[in-house]
Amino acid sequence: MGLILGRLGQSLAVLLAMSFVIYGLMGLMPGDPIDLMIAADPHLSAADAVRLKALYGLDRPWTERYLRWLARIAQGELGYSRLFARPVLDALGPALANTALLMFCALALALTLALPLGVAASRRPGGGLDHAANLLAFVSVSVPTFWLGLMLVAVFAVWLGWLPAGGMHGLAEDGGGPVDRLRHLALPVATLGIAGCGQYLRQMRAAMLAEAGHDYVRTARAKGCGPVRVLLGHQLRNALIPVTTIVALEIGGLFSGALIAETVFAWPGMGRLIYEAVMGNDFNLALSGLLLATAMTLAGSILADLAYAWLDPRVRSL
Amino acid sequence: MTVLARLRGDPVALVAIILLLALAVAAILAPWLAPDPESLDLAAMLAAPSLAHPLGTDELGRDVASRLLHGGRVSLAVAAATALLAGLTGTALGLLSGYGGGRLDAVLMRLTDGVMALPLLPLLIVLAALDPAKLGLAPDLLHSEAFAVGRIVVIVALVGWTQVARLVRAQTLAVKARDHVRAARAIGAGPVRIMLRHILPHVASPVLVATTLSVGHIILIESALSFLGLGVQPPLASWGNMLTGAIGTIWTSPAAALWPGLAILLTVLACNLAGDGLQRACDPRR
Repeated sequence: MGLILGRLGQSLAVLLAMSFVIYGLMGLMPGDPIDLMIAADPHLSAADAVRLKALYGLDRPWTERYLRWLARIAQGELGYSRLFARPVLDALGPALANTALLMFCALALALTLALPLGVAASRRPGGGLDHAANLLAFVSVSVPTFWLGLMLVAVFAVWLGWLPAGGMHGLAEDGGGPVDRLRHLALPVATLGIAGCGQYLRQMRAAMLAEAGHDYVRTARAKGCGPVRVLLGHQLRNALIPVTTIVALEIGGLFSGALIAETVFAWPGMGRLIYEAVMGNDFNLALSGLLLATAMTLAGSILADLAYAWLDPRVRSL
Repeated sequence: MTVLARLRGDPVALVAIILLLALAVAAILAPWLAPDPESLDLAAMLAAPSLAHPLGTDELGRDVASRLLHGGRVSLAVAAATALLAGLTGTALGLLSGYGGGRLDAVLMRLTDGVMALPLLPLLIVLAALDPAKLGLAPDLLHSEAFAVGRIVVIVALVGWTQVARLVRAQTLAVKARDHVRAARAIGAGPVRIMLRHILPHVASPVLVATTLSVGHIILIESALSFLGLGVQPPLASWGNMLTGAIGTIWTSPAAALWPGLAILLTVLACNLAGDGLQRACDPRR
């Protein structure tokens, strides 16, 4: 319990430090909010600009502005998105839901590919299946996500014409129905699943091999358990512990992958939202989006610790 | 058995290393091997492969093969420079952290944890989108090609040093307690001399492995950033930004996207296989 509180505190410290860094970096972006207002309205004069800067507190020192912004964020006031012309929360919410859907499906696909193959490959290290699985794992971690997406579009959307290349609408907006949604999900999920399965495959294989040498495996075999039962009933249970941890730790990485896939497939998720906000000088949206992304990554690493303690009683007593 | 002898018995790693060397030679010789990658031939846009253009032309009628060679020159140079910078930073911080210990160690390791916990790509996008003029750099410097390339190197290295720092720290902690280090301290060697002469040689092989593995990762990051329009800027070709053009023509000529991506895949695959082989050769117990 104390361990978890400590980790929470540490994560909050990182989040706070990150908010400081992001806020500072945003100040270095090309353009500032008042310049953008002036560009939008030719009637504004230089005197108006000075007045506006004073009105919004932009003439204040940087640290003071940061503290004020932080206080507002802490009260849940995220501000208004310039780019999408709606409150930041209303822009972030649906995007977060879309990304979560994409990430969940991609993770499910990656694990469905990786876990059985990893277990099978570990049965005979150095065998034909092991070599094939190893090659797949290396290709999977080496392939550029955006290119894999482009290739899948080229084959399944352009050449075969089976699936749409992108243009998914938001979850909240209606139209198309579940079948249409699945058709839009197919290519981005396949892209992220294939690019993501390699590392889980390697971890699964390594964890199974590490367990294979333990005494309890020999005992189970001596008791007369069949090879499949030893593998799935005994080894797999323990081998899944490190794999679960890796999966939780990878939430941040998944997010980065999702950003690229969302751009290639025009999927209206968090990654693309952050990218558009940064590119479009939408300061409020970019700040909140980046903080949320950081918080999710940190939550993933706490989740990894929790999962580890929950699954492995040896850690719990520490 | 030496590392080299063990590597010689590993055909996969050997092929990967030879492929990397061949790529490096091709990248260095690109100006002599291939004609100007920026010359336009608007009469032959998106042409099919022919004798004049072995891999065809792109959406502006530029020769894909020579852009691939010149782009590889940029991508590989960026990756090598970034890996070197990140490796040096990580080694220095890892040595300081491991040898210094105490509060310095605590601060540096929390920093490392913090950087590792960040969502990499969104952060890189912010860093790449910054206006360097607001940092007070000279304007004529900002528009040079070298600055544009150097900028991406610094940005990626800024977040890429953590793995090496952790490795070096762990190794330093182990080596620090050995007799030769204690002997050196006993005869009055200073901390800098001990770190550089007595510890660094022992951390060299894990650093080499980690750096080789990181080159592949860095090529992926650079190509993703360039693909998003934030890395190497056109007309200078890189494998990533060649694909940005290809996404627009995917409906008319899907094959245009094939070659740059294949080049990235092969290079990164070779880096990962070579790094993996090096790891096994340096540390046969694993």
